Order: sequence, then C-alpha cells, then structure tokens
Amino acid sequence: MGHHESNYQPKWAIEKWLDERLPVIRMMSDQFIVFPTPRNLNYWWTLGMVLFFFLIIQIVTGIVLAMHYVADSGLAFDSVEHIMRDVNWGWLLRYMHANGGSFFFIAVYIHILRGLYYGSYKAPREILWLVGIVIYILMMAAAFMGYVLPWGQMSYWGATVITNLFSAIPWVGDSITQLLWGAYSVSQPTLNRFFALHYLVPMILAVFVIIHVWALHVVGSNNPEGLDVKTKEDTLPFHPYFTMKDLFVAISVLGIYAFFVFYMSNYMGHPDNYIRANPMVTPTHIVPEWYFLPFYAILRAVPDKLGGVIAMFGAIIVVAIIPWLDTHPIRSLRYRPIARIMFWLFVATALLLGFLGAKPASGWYITASRALMVFWFVYFLIILPILSRMERNNDKLPGSISEAVLGKSDDAAEAR
Amino acid sequence: MSTAETVDNSRRDFLYIATGAVGVTGTAMAVWPFIDQMNPDASQKALSSIEVDIAPIEVGQAITVVWRGKPVFIRHRTEEDIKLAVETDVAELRDPQTDAERAQKPEWLIMIGICTHLGCVPLGQKPGDVKGDYHGWFCPCHGSHYDSAGRIRKGPAPRNLDLPGYKFLSDTLVKIG
Amino acid sequence: MSIKSKLVALAAILTVSGSVGFATIAEAGGHDGAEHNAYHPARQSWTFGGIFGKFDRAQLRRGYQIYDEVCSACHSMKLMSYRNLMESGGPEFTKDEVKKMIADKAVPAEPNDEGATYADGERITRPALLTDRFVSPYENDKAAMAANGGALPPDLSVMAKARSLPHAGSGKEADNIFFATVAGIKEYAGWVFGVARDIVTQYQEGGPDYIYALMTSYEEEVPEGAKPIPEDKNFNHIFPGNAISMAPPLSDETVEYADGTKPTLDQHARDIATFLMWVAEPKLEERKRTGFMALVYLFILSMLMYMVKRAIWSGQKH
Repeated sequence: MGHHESNYQPKWAIEKWLDERLPVIRMMSDQFIVFPTPRNLNYWWTLGMVLFFFLIIQIVTGIVLAMHYVADSGLAFDSVEHIMRDVNWGWLLRYMHANGGSFFFIAVYIHILRGLYYGSYKAPREILWLVGIVIYILMMAAAFMGYVLPWGQMSYWGATVITNLFSAIPWVGDSITQLLWGAYSVSQPTLNRFFALHYLVPMILAVFVIIHVWALHVVGSNNPEGLDVKTKEDTLPFHPYFTMKDLFVAISVLGIYAFFVFYMSNYMGHPDNYIRANPMVTPTHIVPEWYFLPFYAILRAVPDKLGGVIAMFGAIIVVAIIPWLDTHPIRSLRYRPIARIMFWLFVATALLLGFLGAKPASGWYITASRALMVFWFVYFLIILPILSRMERNNDKLPGSISEAVLGKSDDAAEAR
Repeated sequence: MSTAETVDNSRRDFLYIATGAVGVTGTAMAVWPFIDQMNPDASQKALSSIEVDIAPIEVGQAITVVWRGKPVFIRHRTEEDIKLAVETDVAELRDPQTDAERAQKPEWLIMIGICTHLGCVPLGQKPGDVKGDYHGWFCPCHGSHYDSAGRIRKGPAPRNLDLPGYKFLSDTLVKIG
Repeated sequence: MSIKSKLVALAAILTVSGSVGFATIAEAGGHDGAEHNAYHPARQSWTFGGIFGKFDRAQLRRGYQIYDEVCSACHSMKLMSYRNLMESGGPEFTKDEVKKMIADKAVPAEPNDEGATYADGERITRPALLTDRFVSPYENDKAAMAANGGALPPDLSVMAKARSLPHAGSGKEADNIFFATVAGIKEYAGWVFGVARDIVTQYQEGGPDYIYALMTSYEEEVPEGAKPIPEDKNFNHIFPGNAISMAPPLSDETVEYADGTKPTLDQHARDIATFLMWVAEPKLEERKRTGFMALVYLFILSMLMYMVKRAIWSGQKH
C-alpha cells in the first residue's frame, strides 16, 4: 500500500510466526499506526473516522433489526411496530438505525465538501475520488431501499416515485420498471427484493470503503495547504496523533447523534410514514428523505420527464468528473480566492435546493429551483474549467507543509 | 528526567488509563442491547401462563396444549395408570421420584411433552400410539420409554419428563406457568 | 484565522441572524394583518415533552377512559394489547384493575371444535385475556366504512406520530422575480430559525398538538369567508380541507372522570392527546431516561478524549 518503509518488528515468537505467513499485524502497523500523515490536517479531516463509526453502527443495528423485521407487505408495518413495542431495546435499535442513516449522510456531505474545498480530487487522487462517489451512490441506494422497508405511506410512494424514474428511459423504461417491481406496481415482490438488496448493498459498500482506504494509503492524505508531502518533517505517525484526534471528534459527533436518537427520534423522518402503505391514496405532499432533497428539487425543476431524470443524474455525474473539470494546479482553495467564493456559492446553492426540494412544486419554488439548478451545472461545467485557466497562481503559497506549519526554514530547524 | 516531567508524565498516564477505562466500560454497556434483543420479547413473556379447562377430558384420555411454544401433556389417568405408577419401586429408577411428586392430583398428570434426551415429542397421547414398555410414553427418535407417571425407565434420556409450574384454580380449571 | 476571514464570518453571522430576525418580525406582522377568523394552532405544553419528560399516570388513565368510552366506538387500536395497560411507563394499572376493566370485553373466538366462527349469524366470542389485542369496533375496514357513511375511522395505534401541526409558510405565488427572491429569503430564514428552535426545544410533540387542536377546533357553523362543506361533514379548522367526517367527539362533560378531574373539553382533549402519545410511543419514558445517561456519558468521554488529544499534541506544531 503506502510508499513508506515498514518498521514493524515482531516482538513475540508467535508474531514472528504469523508475520512470515500472513503479515496482517505488519499491515495494520504500517497502515494505521506509523502511517505518515500530514501534520497540518485540520478538523475537517476527522470525518473519515466518523463515517467509519456510522458504517459500523448501521451494519450492526441493521443485522439485529433484520432478526425481527418481516418483509411481507401485510406484516412489515406491524413488525416494525413490534420492534418498537415488544423487542427488548427494539426502540433503541430502530431509532439508532433510522437516525444513523441521516447522520451517515450529514457526515458524508461534510466529507465531500471538504474534498471539494481542499481539492482532494486532484491528481493523483482521482481514483480515490471516484471510489468515494461510488460509495455515495451505494449509500443512496441503501438508504432509499431501507426507507421502503417500514412500508408506511412515504415508503410506498417514495418507492413508486423513485422506481418510476426508470420509466423515463425511452423504449425500455416500462419494462425496466416492471422488472424492478416484479409486479405491475410496487407490491410484495418489490418489498421482498428491496429487503434482500438493502442487506446486500451495505456489504458491497463496505468493500468499496476498503478500496477507498487502500487508494488513500497509496497516495496519502491531502492536507489543508494542498501541498505534497516532501520531507519527514511534513508528517506525523497516524497513531496516536490522528487516531486520538479522530476519536475525540467521532465521540463528540456520537453525542449529537445520541441527542437525536433519544430526543428527536422522528425529527428527520416524516409523520406520514407512520401511516400504513395504501396503494390507493397518495399523500398530498410527498417528499423524499432530506438527504435526497437537492436532487429531488433538480428533478422537479425540469418540466420534462426524461429531462428531469437526466438533470438529476447529471447533477451527480458532474461532481464525479470534477477532477477533469477543475485542472488548476493549486489544490487548496485557501490559495484560490475567486474559486473560494464560487465554492461557497455552490454550497449555498446545494442548501437552497435542499430547502426547495421539501416545498410543493409550484410558484416561485419552481422558478428558484431552476435558477439554482442552472448554477449547479454552470459551477461545474463552466466556472471551474474557466477558473482553471484564468485564476492566477498565488504567490502566498508556501513551499512545503513544514514551512506552512512551522514557519520559514530557520523556525523549522529550531523546532527539530 | 526532571521531577516536574515525571509528575507530568504520570498525570498523563493516569488520563490515558482513565479515558480508556471509561471508553471500554461504555462500549461494554452499549453491547448489552444488541445481545438482549435476542431474548424473548415482551409479547413472548406475556404468554408465559395459560389457563386450561380440563372438564371435557374423560378418564383415560389425554390432550396436548401449547405453552410457550411447547407441547404440554395433560392426561386424565385411569385407576390402573395410578396403581402402576404408585407401586413402582422408586429406588430402582434412574431419576427417582414418587408418583406424588409427579402429580399434584393423582388423576391428573401434567408434563412438558418433550423428551429429556434431545427434545423430540414422545408418542403416547393418542389412543393408537405406541406407549412403550411401561404404559406411558415412547420417544421414537432414540427409543426412550416413560412410565405412566412420565418417569424415564429405559433408553438414553437422563431425566423424567419435566413438569411445568401449574396450579388448580378449581376442579376443572388449571393454570399452567 | 486571519482578520479577514474573521470579518467574513462575522458578516455571515450578522446576515443570518439579521434575516432570521427579519423573518420573525415579518411573520408576526403577517399575523396582525390576517383576517380575524384566521386559525392558528399552537404548540401546547406537555408533561412528556423535553429531556426529562414523563407521562402523568392519572392523565393517561383519564385518556384511556376517554378512548374506552368514546373513541373505541369507531376507532380500532390494533397494535395495543390489554397487558400494555399495566406495563411501566404507561398508565400502570395493576393487573387486577386491568382484569376488571376487560371483564366485559369479548374478542372474536378462534374456530370451535366444529370449525365454526359464527353461530346463528353472530360472531362467536370469548372473554378477553391480558395478552389479547384491543378489540376492534368493526370486523374489517369495509364494515367500518359502511357504518360511517363511507369514511374509514383510522386506527389510532400510532396516530400521535402520524400527524403534525401544519407548517407555517407563505406558499403564495409571487408574480415577479424580486418578490419571489424576497419571499424566498424570508421563508428560508424562517425555516432555518424553525429548525434551530425545534432542536433547542426538542420539539417532538407535533402529533399531540395536532390531536389537541383537532378536538378543540370544531365549529357548529361554517365560519364566514370559509369554503362551504358537504352537508354530512363537519367543519374543523385544522383538518386539511376543513370538512371532516367525524362529528365532534368531545365536549364539556363527555366523560365523567373517575378521579374527579373537572371534565372540560380542554381537559378531555389534553388527556386523549396524551394517551394517544403513549399508545404511539410506549417506550418514551425509557427512551428519555436512557438518553440522559447516554448523553452524560458521551459528554464525559468526549471531554476526556479532548484532554487526551491535547496531551498528545502538546509538543507538536500543526
């Protein structure tokens, strides 16, 4: 994996025996103990550990919930309520899982924005970035299918609307939709397969997380200065410096998470999902889970079925291909004042689109969604490529990480 | 190393150990719900007692009722059944129990119908069933013979058929569990 | 942090707080200008709200009495069992009390020895056990609709989590881009402010608030200026569309409380809303109790971790 020399020395005979056969302790030591990490990482770099925590929480709570859940359209709603009422600690497990999904997304959005701000997608981290996007898409798939399982009104109609997106595909759309449903509408076969896939997708996701970490450890972490690591002074070993810093943040985030699990248990859900699925009645105002809202707003902003679907998927694709849209030699927006302003405008756009996605599709909401959608694409497809050519190099850019952190060379010498 | 540094170091070590201890304790406590969720839930626990009307069971007849998902044998024993059970020499038994210990009222034998060997349901409830060599029950899985008081007489089972807790609420109503 | 970025942050804070303030003022102004019969459902104060929230046992018992004497004539509560009435965190009736309460409840019997569930056209019943689910008033949804003029009285098991107070919001069409922008900024700021307020107050009582409002917002006559409603419907301010099939179920002295509480409509509405909240979330007290311990624990651990982190990094510039 990483380029640094291994300095692992097996202490006991059994360690040596194992090391000659399967050097797993050596790998852990090299990759997670002594791994050289830029010393100037700020708190935005702790989200990786937070995400790891939530992945574990989701998988563990998910497995135990699956021990009680019944994927039958006549029993699913009742089985969830059985978990809430009768299963020992069932209410805790379910609320952890439901809110864990939301927190997973909060953390991943901050993680993605961190990457965008500090140019973490630029060479040589393109694959790292793309693997991250794959993880994000798998998260969305898992979250969507998970939300269907309680078989409430929002589950049912969310499933109907999202699966109908595929019907926009010319010629084969309807066949694909039927294939997804296993019926002529969202019904028992759909629920049953969504349950199977909801269990499978996170396992695939976990594999991609391993690939993500692998890719990260080949090229090493980016850092707030966006500079390459040049000397040993630029880095600190991963443990204990970053393990403890990450753990501090992860536990603090768990505190906020616990606040939601225990006191705002249903705040990020929707009351309509406590109404049993009814294929005959659509709720007056259906909204997806909050983490899909920006894309939902884009979908509705286009007054054409296929166009809306293309715009929505396009909005994710432009994020995926940003390594080839933003080719400016400076990574960190700390040293790119114009791109920085544009970045914050993009963040505002994403937030506002999220807000609009929760509103009815009428009046000025649609007008505003359209304007913001246009900016979304303009930001990626026009502003970033132009800035890549036009924005001047910044002479304040430090020569190295040590220089940025420890001051000019004489200070650095002193620190050593 | 100066004294100040030593004090500083031991203070740090204390901090690390304290934090580790707090972290481990919390993790251990957080694990409990994940284990406890597998225990019988509230709806299962609520089923822990049932009331059975035994008035319709004629002498010599037996019925099987479900208690906690398990078969419970209720037999209205005949005079002969009782006589056989009472006259058995308790000292010879693998699991010595007198008939009085087996049945609160001699004419009513109430037992959990699960062989104490490996959990099969013995035959002997229905009139046409094989009842084994001792006029009681016979487990077809591995050949255990139980007598008319449900005591193990022959075969691999280690114990007599287990008795559920039960109470006669009246002459015809029994509460099991 | 450079001075410049501090200034930017300050400007951002001022902008956000300013717009929140503006939105609040504008909202308040809007209320004054609205027509006199405009209806504003309000958040109520509940004993079970907040971090230390607990149900009032006496209130839950009164609520059960209302459900039993009034609501259960039309509404089922299929997820509840009689045993729940004696479980901790609820009304906590004793076993004997519950047994006495269900003595006259008849549940549909299992098929008898002949395999029949009906005798002479009547459903065969047996006495209810503690483990039985609450008896439903109708055999199925069709029967319920037939008995209620085509309207289905919804099951009340999770009702208190399936409803919420309507969100304030203009939703008005703005005819030009300037007004749309102003309206948008105001609404967005109002939303941000609303979320912040909800989180600070742990607002989770939209369901009981709605139920309370529904019980207390009937009008005998359609108010002036409101849309007419069909003759067999009743006017209710908070019900979407205002035309509700359910006739006003509660009024002063609908139920005579066993504990001597004054039976006003307001009291009835609060009691039934509280009871329905417990029915929807029977583990609420356990959740809040556990949550407090979890939060204290995580706070201590995160403080310790902060100290550990500082100690480890103390010799390092970064």
